[in-house]
Amino acid sequence: ATMTTMNPDLRRERAAATFQPELLTHILDGGAERTRRRKEIEALVLNDPDFQHEDLNFLSRSQRYEQAIRKSSLMVMKLREYGIADPEEIYWFKSFVHRGRPEPLDLHLGMFLPTLLTQATPEQQDRFFMPAWNLEIIGTYAQTEMGHGTHLRGLETTATYDPATQEFILNSPTVTSIKWWPGGLGKTSNHAIVLAQLYTQGQCKGLHAFIVPIRQLGTHEPLPGITVGDIGPKFGYDEMDNGYLKMDNFRIPRENMLMKHAQVEPDGTYVKPVSDKLTYGTMVFIRSLIVGDSARSLSRACTIAIRYSAVRHQSELKPGEPEPQILDYQTQQYKLFPLLATAYAFHFVGAYIKDTYHRISGDINEGDLSELPELHALTAGLKAFTSWTANAGIEECRMACGGHGYSRCSGIPDIYVTFTPSCTYEGENTVMMLQTARFLVKSYTQVSSGQQVTGMVSYLNDLSRQRIQPQHVAARPVTVRINDPLSLVEAYKARAARLVEAAAKNLQAELNHRKSKEDAWNRTSVDLVRASEAHCHYVIVKLFTAKLSEISNAAVRAVLTELCLLYALYGISKNTGDFLQAGILSDAQVTQVSQRVKELLAVIRPNAVALVDSFDFHDAHLGSVLGRYDGNVYENLFEWAKKSPLNKTEVHESFHKHLKPMQSKL
Amino acid sequence: SMNPDLASERQTASFSVEKLTAWLDGGAEYTRMRRAVVEAIEGDPVFSREDQYFQSQNERYEAAVKKAVHLHKKMHEMGWTENGPESKYIHRALAGDVAFFLHRIFMRSISMLGSDKQIAKWIPLATQYKIIGSYAQTELGHGTYLQGLETTAVFDIATQEFILNTPKISAMKWWPGDMGRSATHTVVFAQLYVHGKCYGIHPFIVQIRSLQDHSLCPGITAGDIGPKMSFEHSDNGFLMLQNVHIPRENMLNKFCEVQPDGTYVRWGSQKINYFTMTSVRISVISDEVISPVMKACTIAIRYSVVRRQSKLKPGEEEAKILDYQTQQEKLLPQLAAAYAFHFISNYLQGLFDRAYREIQRKNFNMLPELHALSSGFKAIISQCCTSAVEICLRACGGHGYSLLSGLPSLYTKILASCIYEGENTILLLQTSRFLIKCFMAASTGQPVPPSVTYLAAVKPGKCPAKNKLDFLRPDIYTEAYQHMAARLVSSTAAKLQDLIQSGVKKYNAWNQCTVQLAQAAKAHCHYLTVKNFVETVEKMETQAAIQKIMKHLCDLFALHGIFSNAGLFLHDGYISGVQMDMVTASYLDLLPVIRKDAVPLVDAFDFTDKSLNSALGSYDGQVYQRLYEWAQKSPTNKQMSPAYERYLKPLLHNKLSKL
Repeated sequence: ATMTTMNPDLRRERAAATFQPELLTHILDGGAERTRRRKEIEALVLNDPDFQHEDLNFLSRSQRYEQAIRKSSLMVMKLREYGIADPEEIYWFKSFVHRGRPEPLDLHLGMFLPTLLTQATPEQQDRFFMPAWNLEIIGTYAQTEMGHGTHLRGLETTATYDPATQEFILNSPTVTSIKWWPGGLGKTSNHAIVLAQLYTQGQCKGLHAFIVPIRQLGTHEPLPGITVGDIGPKFGYDEMDNGYLKMDNFRIPRENMLMKHAQVEPDGTYVKPVSDKLTYGTMVFIRSLIVGDSARSLSRACTIAIRYSAVRHQSELKPGEPEPQILDYQTQQYKLFPLLATAYAFHFVGAYIKDTYHRISGDINEGDLSELPELHALTAGLKAFTSWTANAGIEECRMACGGHGYSRCSGIPDIYVTFTPSCTYEGENTVMMLQTARFLVKSYTQVSSGQQVTGMVSYLNDLSRQRIQPQHVAARPVTVRINDPLSLVEAYKARAARLVEAAAKNLQAELNHRKSKEDAWNRTSVDLVRASEAHCHYVIVKLFTAKLSEISNAAVRAVLTELCLLYALYGISKNTGDFLQAGILSDAQVTQVSQRVKELLAVIRPNAVALVDSFDFHDAHLGSVLGRYDGNVYENLFEWAKKSPLNKTEVHESFHKHLKPMQSKL
Repeated sequence: SMNPDLASERQTASFSVEKLTAWLDGGAEYTRMRRAVVEAIEGDPVFSREDQYFQSQNERYEAAVKKAVHLHKKMHEMGWTENGPESKYIHRALAGDVAFFLHRIFMRSISMLGSDKQIAKWIPLATQYKIIGSYAQTELGHGTYLQGLETTAVFDIATQEFILNTPKISAMKWWPGDMGRSATHTVVFAQLYVHGKCYGIHPFIVQIRSLQDHSLCPGITAGDIGPKMSFEHSDNGFLMLQNVHIPRENMLNKFCEVQPDGTYVRWGSQKINYFTMTSVRISVISDEVISPVMKACTIAIRYSVVRRQSKLKPGEEEAKILDYQTQQEKLLPQLAAAYAFHFISNYLQGLFDRAYREIQRKNFNMLPELHALSSGFKAIISQCCTSAVEICLRACGGHGYSLLSGLPSLYTKILASCIYEGENTILLLQTSRFLIKCFMAASTGQPVPPSVTYLAAVKPGKCPAKNKLDFLRPDIYTEAYQHMAARLVSSTAAKLQDLIQSGVKKYNAWNQCTVQLAQAAKAHCHYLTVKNFVETVEKMETQAAIQKIMKHLCDLFALHGIFSNAGLFLHDGYISGVQMDMVTASYLDLLPVIRKDAVPLVDAFDFTDKSLNSALGSYDGQVYQRLYEWAQKSPTNKQMSPAYERYLKPLLHNKLSKL
């Protein structure tokens, strides 16, 4: 029933583009060869009948979980069959199999196995790694509890060492200590790495990791002393069996504590770990993935909304003329194009963090950790900044699709519910922003005491030079040229400097008035978050601008320059207060900025569809009737709806059960 | 037993919660009536919503039909009537989780648009549920822009019938509630053609399902449009018409008629149609938008005093998360907004009632203002409250994402309000059209409606505040809002004029200014909300303790708006950079003040645990126990998943090692 021809509006849009989308795709992928390989893996998955199934929107939660488990098992086998081992290629494969959704083996593959590699002794690896690699052991990572998330020190689960039997006794002493949320815990796993407070010789030694068998091999029944189950329905994540785990005097052998770093000897003597700086590395890596995810999720939503806006015609612009494409309305462009620019900005930021991480990881092996604290602090803030922005952006895209955006067939509700928890997991965003702020304040203090700082915060060095002058830092005149990205980077830099300084000074003022450091910090935290946001915003504009000079194709560079300008100027227009108050921009310039933003909307308009085509999402991956590449929206919307579970029979059983009896009584 | 952290919050309330509740209800007698209705509904197990988070779309639909049928019986037993004073409390108690909402719209449209004869024929049938109706306006290809609808109704003189058709796929009716599975009849909006001439959109009553066996009538294709972000209980439907014949009498003809010979006659004023839309928008604001945001605030704020995390002072117990400034800054402005919008909703209702009385006297003068205000306020309130609910959701950390928190379903439901009954951007532009018109009129000295007289007095000036305490003076901040709104309206009007004078076509100039126009409309509504909050607080002199806390909330609402839109106030120097720092300081100082009363302020909304349907927000604060017990009831824990036998077992039994 689907039409094979392309919707004429989309055809026209594509013909009018001023650049070749493939070239931009190559840039996003990191080279033509990477694009080729990505598409090769994509084809491997999408052409495989084993990975086909009914539209997930029509399945119940149990059915979705079942499909996910089926596909995950096949996925693990096929990855090995095809010999795909590169982490990025595995990521692609998994992402195509599960269409960007979470799956029950995520924690096994992404946390359980890597933790064994980094924290298990050789003896433990012998016992656990191969069975886990072969999926005889399926594990999860049980950290979060009902009562505690981001604040790890507050976790309450205990592991008490009993030297008589050489065992640890695991307990969930309170309701709040029940492990809650770990993926794959509810139904799938038979083992868990459990984080618990270690007690030995009557002393608490803080959090440590233990390998805990939770289900009987063979029957999959919970072991005695273990209460385990699914935490129930969530906002999305239907495929994932997020679970709970309660332990009552559950004993595990001493050898099940992960002892590569810290150890408990048979007599109960505790041996401290050497250094835990390396754990920073894992966090940086995971947060860089979230930045990349922010970019991808927002790109998907933009692809759907922009294509649909080119297909949908509504109302009239000019009396007597046919209804225009809704993408021709300024308000629609104003909703979507800044988000499109944001998606590109975040792509480049994600790639930058990943590259920097890989570069520093090399250094780590050689023992040079000097850049790690800054990268750690920066990624915390960028994780928060990008996930917040993308989260709101996805919703904007959905709203921009009107009523049909609200239908699951648009695919955007699914993108949203899959993405939105990243504002909370791997570090709650506000807490992340405050981590970045801590680093910024520290850097500011260093500069104030005459030291130099390096890296992305080096602009703070300028503050000390200005301090000689009595005037406010912000009064420093910045000559902003609104068509020059480099000049806009300077404007963002000045704003960040001003807000970091203001937060640091307010913090100092609070400290002068009050006794407790923590209290002062808390009373300044709104300012501190603002400072972090301004810093992250500056970093993003800077990285986007820096990317432009790397692009050799003139047509592509031109269109990306427009997007970069839009990103920077739109950001100013949404935060004019900061720029005006700091004297970075005048009233007249602010008016020019908003005027220029609207001009850029019109400039970008002809390339809008080509710019989302460049993201190169396959229809199957996009999962959207509204965002189809061929633009045949309405007929496919109808085809899709016919498959709804409510339409299984022409007369719904409720008619016989409820309606008919009522009608006959009246 | 009550969680001690919640108990301590209630002991220190600065005002009487019961009195505030009564004031919000409009008097203690209404509180009593509301509680009686809620008790009757919640005491009846058929209306229980405890399992709804575990149910499939089919199960939700069936439960909604069952509840609707049961409600019919219940209303009869209790002596409640459709238009009685209890009806809004019934709606609140059921939280909309019931079928046949569109059936009521069906009846309302017949009452408004039908002749006396048509009313006499159809309303009794519908009242007794001998027929079940829906209201089919939106099509696949067209929503808010009604003139673009493509369904046709062609009059056939020979048979004295209208022939209805869906000429192309985009003309298919799409979204109407109750139509996918339940309705036997629907009001269809179609382009009327007589003798080849199009007379525009008109309403027709069309039977779509058999009254005997509920099968589809000849020429009708109808069904459910599939899963949505929420509204699982509702069978939103599609409808395709192929040469469907209906008698001439089925066109609703209060305002116009096609006579037997094909003569088209129109009488009466069409303006009354606007009045219907206005009334729906005003009820959407109070029922579908403000009530959910109050619930979300209740859940998030109660949870934030139960949840303890990290330490504020070394050696002390972990702090309640509501003691963190960042958490206060997330939640308390939303709480203030819930109150602000509740008051503006009352104001709109008052305006509506006055307009209604005028219309009875054939005076339509208030309609343009009422229409502009209801459009603009529907847009900004639904937008602000949607984002407020999302902020509440995310302020609850991981547990907010559990459906058992109640927040995801509040969110997915409230966000639909940004689109239905007029897409928000389009509504804002309608308001700005009115504002520009009034501004032009005012600047030439013509009279304008009361809510926009301030536009006549745009003058440059400076905010007179000298210290941060000055920003707690309502006259100071109201003036700032007024100045900002007037500036945005006048500068947009000027730009529009400039463009037109420079030769840009009017429609083009309009499109080029729409971003600014929408901003001006928002500013106008924001100003009126602040002004109305101030006036509401001033009027309640008799209850000092409540007045005091309401004054704090009003200050917070106003200053949060300035703080978050600093650029708009700084732009022409009305507020200086130094003054903006005062605003920020005053704003942040208010947070810990309101913090002390946060729990009593949400308690005053008086939602029962059953109506919140949340593990995090219950009155007793036994959050973790409830979450644990409720999760165990999840079907995923009761039924043995086939996934183990089918996939996990072979997997665990080591098929892989063979590779």
